[in-house]
Amino acid sequence: MTTITQQPTIRRLQFDPASVDWVKILAHIILIAGSIMFLMPFIYVLSTSLKTAGDVYTFPPEFIPDPVSWENYPDALTAMPFDVFFLNTILLAVGRIIGLILSCSLAGFAFAKLRWRGRNTLFFIVLLTLMIPTEVTLIPRYILFSKLGWVGSFAPLLVPGFFAENAFFVFLFRQFFMTMGQDLIDAARIDGCSFVGLFWRIIVPNAKPVFAVVAIYIIQNNWNSFLLPMIYLTDRAKYTLALGLRLFNEQYYSQTHLLMAASVFVVVPIVILFFFMQRYFIQGVVFTGSKG
Amino acid sequence: MLIHKLFKPKRLSFWESLNAWIFVLPWILGFFLFTGGPILASLIISFTHWDIVNPPQWAGLANYELMLSDPLFFQSLKVTTMYALVAVPLQIVVGLFVAILLNTKIRLIGLYRTLFYLPAVLPIVSVAVMWRWILSRDWGLINWFLSLFGVYGPGWLSEPEWALPALILMSLWGVGAGMLIYLAGLQGIPSDLYEAAKVDGAGRWAQFLYVTLPMISPVILFQLVVGLIAAFQVFAQPFIMTQGGPQNATLFYLLHLFRNAFEFFRMGYASALSWVLFMYIAILTLLIFRFSAAWVFYEGEIRNE
Repeated sequence: MTTITQQPTIRRLQFDPASVDWVKILAHIILIAGSIMFLMPFIYVLSTSLKTAGDVYTFPPEFIPDPVSWENYPDALTAMPFDVFFLNTILLAVGRIIGLILSCSLAGFAFAKLRWRGRNTLFFIVLLTLMIPTEVTLIPRYILFSKLGWVGSFAPLLVPGFFAENAFFVFLFRQFFMTMGQDLIDAARIDGCSFVGLFWRIIVPNAKPVFAVVAIYIIQNNWNSFLLPMIYLTDRAKYTLALGLRLFNEQYYSQTHLLMAASVFVVVPIVILFFFMQRYFIQGVVFTGSKG
Repeated sequence: MLIHKLFKPKRLSFWESLNAWIFVLPWILGFFLFTGGPILASLIISFTHWDIVNPPQWAGLANYELMLSDPLFFQSLKVTTMYALVAVPLQIVVGLFVAILLNTKIRLIGLYRTLFYLPAVLPIVSVAVMWRWILSRDWGLINWFLSLFGVYGPGWLSEPEWALPALILMSLWGVGAGMLIYLAGLQGIPSDLYEAAKVDGAGRWAQFLYVTLPMISPVILFQLVVGLIAAFQVFAQPFIMTQGGPQNATLFYLLHLFRNAFEFFRMGYASALSWVLFMYIAILTLLIFRFSAAWVFYEGEIRNE
């Protein structure tokens, strides 16, 4: 409030733009309004998921359910084998973490820290594959896996992971390893450390953040992934949460309260992961995005 | 440093090279099996008629000719291009605006950042299911909000002219991912640039125009390209929310491709569609880069105005 009495000339001399109070107040107002706009869909869905079937269709909507119908959650989650969908999703995530982290980090290590002929050419190809949209490889891959008899199993989703299919992760590991000092590596080499030992004892312990970032990306991608699982997982017993929710959406189309409960259930694990691992979500962006 | 210089080998060591090739081998195999190989295969398949069950038949350019007489191909191209033209610039403007707000030093800034970023990490299937309810004509949140201003909201997902705008609106809920990238870019701008601008008498708007915008322009270019590619990969939202309707108003390109491939098993035609999309994205990206020199500013670059 002191700003009202300040002269404009004084204000102009202040260097920190955030030190001017009215700007802060305006920023707060816009941010609070924005936060409400961003949160409202959540609140609305959450409140719908706790309403009785009869209370859902009211206008104007009531945001606080009365009575609170907690049984929507057990009702929705037992209407379909969501426990199986959940385990399938976890299983795929674990498999993809093992495959992708192993293959991508080793490739990233070779590109960043080893000296060999062909390194730059191959790395250029890695960068090129970053630009290929998934649609182009979709059909030949499907034909390949169907000829192998793998359609209907987890293999088409798991096996490519062991072959560093994600060029972005190779790039991410390489960029991070590049920033690590050469001294330690050379010292270990002089002490007779093998290259595998070098990777395992020097690189991995010193690059934990990038491993965490990649693991979290894989979990998130896997949780969100829809098109590929839908093409390959034809058997309901192998459905992931995303596929299960889509099926639920078709069969319980008219039971909005149960549908919202199911979709909240699918969202919650990733929200929890996000709140605890926020630092890593943001770090990944900073590693890659800031340089454009 | 010193050790590194003293012991730096003059020649490439055979043992080191062998190790490197072994480490890269999974990626090389993956490239031939799952990326490079399939791209070539998809080009060849696009010249055939193939339903997978029966052996492929050579079709020449028939699939590409078929495309020219397929109204749904043009419809899907139109829908996807319109979405890209409106949604991507909107996402850039909103994302940058939010990022600038979140770059101020105020209390609770961490909480605000979390709230704005959160929707971007949610599973797309959940988001689609939730938003179908939020956009509902009679009971939805959006139309309730409009009713506060006396506006009677449309049937967002059931009226052809509103379905695409609805999906664009929904996409803005996910601007958090882009916002984070702008934030990282904004924090990389040296503060002495702002101080110099202030000494020269630049106001807040002038600072934004002559310091922030040029310094952040490479990030905007990056987001433009990434956003464009993402726009052409939209699939789950129309698949779950509208099935491409009403009246094909949300028939996105990938949805059309998916139906041809996995519902009609026209692998040849679908491959041709994927190649045309690939070329289309490549040309658009090239054009963006071609014209980016006029508005993207790189540090250390000297230009004659």
